[in-house]
Amino acid sequence: MKHDEKAEVLENREFAAGYRYLVVSAPRQAAEMQPGQFVHVRVPTLERSALRRPFSVFNAGDGKVTVLYKTVGRGTEALSKVKAGEFVNMEGPLGKGFPLSCKGTAFLVGGGFGVAPLYFLARRLPKSILFVGGRTKDDLLALDRFAEIGVEARIATNDGSAGEKGFVTGPLDAAINEFRAKGEEFELFTCGPDGLLRAVTERALELKVPGWISVDRHMICGMGACFACIQKTVRGNSRCCIEGPVFKAEELVW
Amino acid sequence: MVNMEVELGALKMRTPVATASGTFGYGYEYADLIDYSKLGAVTAKGVRMEAWPGNPMPRHCEVEGGLVNAIGLQGQGVKHFLERDMFLYSRVVKDPVPVIVNIWGQSEEEYAEVAAAVSAAAHPLIGALEMNVSCPNVKAGGHTFGQDPKVLESVVAKVRAATKLPLIVKLAPNVPSIVPYIRACENGGADALSLINTIPAMVIDIERRVPVLANRSGGLSGRAIHPAAVKLVYDAHRATKLPILAMGGVYEAKDAIEFMLAGATAVAIGTATFSAPDTAAKVCDGIAAYCERHGFAAAKELTGAICES
Repeated sequence: MKHDEKAEVLENREFAAGYRYLVVSAPRQAAEMQPGQFVHVRVPTLERSALRRPFSVFNAGDGKVTVLYKTVGRGTEALSKVKAGEFVNMEGPLGKGFPLSCKGTAFLVGGGFGVAPLYFLARRLPKSILFVGGRTKDDLLALDRFAEIGVEARIATNDGSAGEKGFVTGPLDAAINEFRAKGEEFELFTCGPDGLLRAVTERALELKVPGWISVDRHMICGMGACFACIQKTVRGNSRCCIEGPVFKAEELVW
Repeated sequence: MVNMEVELGALKMRTPVATASGTFGYGYEYADLIDYSKLGAVTAKGVRMEAWPGNPMPRHCEVEGGLVNAIGLQGQGVKHFLERDMFLYSRVVKDPVPVIVNIWGQSEEEYAEVAAAVSAAAHPLIGALEMNVSCPNVKAGGHTFGQDPKVLESVVAKVRAATKLPLIVKLAPNVPSIVPYIRACENGGADALSLINTIPAMVIDIERRVPVLANRSGGLSGRAIHPAAVKLVYDAHRATKLPILAMGGVYEAKDAIEFMLAGATAVAIGTATFSAPDTAAKVCDGIAAYCERHGFAAAKELTGAICES
């Protein structure tokens, strides 16, 4: 069930340049939230007619919901100024999340703040490896949090400042070959920029392994009512907010 | 207790507050978050005979005071609407209100066909039809029929002949005078008017020097259009006895009350629902409180109650 909770901000902390964790108290959503689902936040200091902002959930439980966000526009800029003890209206849980079972190892492939729902997912799956890429080491987010829960990270950066030099598909393809050589099973889960999503989709289809692709689109309502957040799928123009954001690789048309 | 019931032609509404087409899906998407007891009707998203893909992305852009959209009337067609969406509406919503079915077509004949198909379904929860002759976001259809009074009268008459459901016509705001269009609706046999649709608008990304919307332009809704809508409702009410369903930037009760004083029988909440789904309920409560404060026994007494010397 969807809720619209007046959620007290417990923490709104910058953990890397331009990136923040927002932790709010939202007991009903925390209890029902699944990895891959999102919340829709009304930023209290924006004008009444401003739209809500959708965010992937980084973690949920114990009455709290955490999102990881980047300050990119006037909405997130205003959100970054909200202090602990203040309130935001938050709708959730919204959308279709990731499956909570996986045959073999979960390959979590993230780019930028796309690692957010993958962290939540990693907490729920028994065995996963994080593949993460960025331009430089500063684009690699929340690696400490993944390490805390014992998830191995395989890294690539464009400038070689962390991990191997190149794209995240480098370590990903190496692991795919390694697992196939050993006959071990794996599934693909991804969230990040469209280029990365396409690359993971192609691999899932080619290898005939399950691929779960979380698509990020600008939204208006977050409820399926307005038809603004469209992704082309085999069914036509699908709404990311209720038919996604997590789609199966074979559903997507790029 | 203030009597909140109003009648929009033959459509009986338990409160004067509805939702606006295109902002409320097919009536059930917001079900978890909406108190339907405060609503008088919901308006479903526009349907035509066949499925329609809508416009390419991006389809919207937030602006100060509102929203510019060019969704482009995406939908699965009237058969899907009647079989699937109306089924879900009746199942999901515990305390349902009448559905106003917004219809459009690419020809006068298609408008009539959709109207006939909706009527033939005889669904007990379908309360009225709203003809969209004013969508700025599709080339063939919508707007084409709302910009020439002769064409408008002809298409309204064809729909009138195809249905016994209460017939509301949703008019475009961007005309020099609304009066010829109102006459066309009266002559064609409409029961009520919806005012206003979005105002044609455009946003440009100055860094990339390209339009923000893939459709290049779209329709402006939200707070910014409210005073323009009040003026059109006022003008329309002075020109006709047809009841008016007013929409355009209703965020608070005062916005709805303004519409009613200007001549609206009922109001619809649109863009405001996106940021606050409880807007309709708060507006309904606010209208009741206003009536008590000003000594109106019934909400319907507000219609046209503006004081003028």
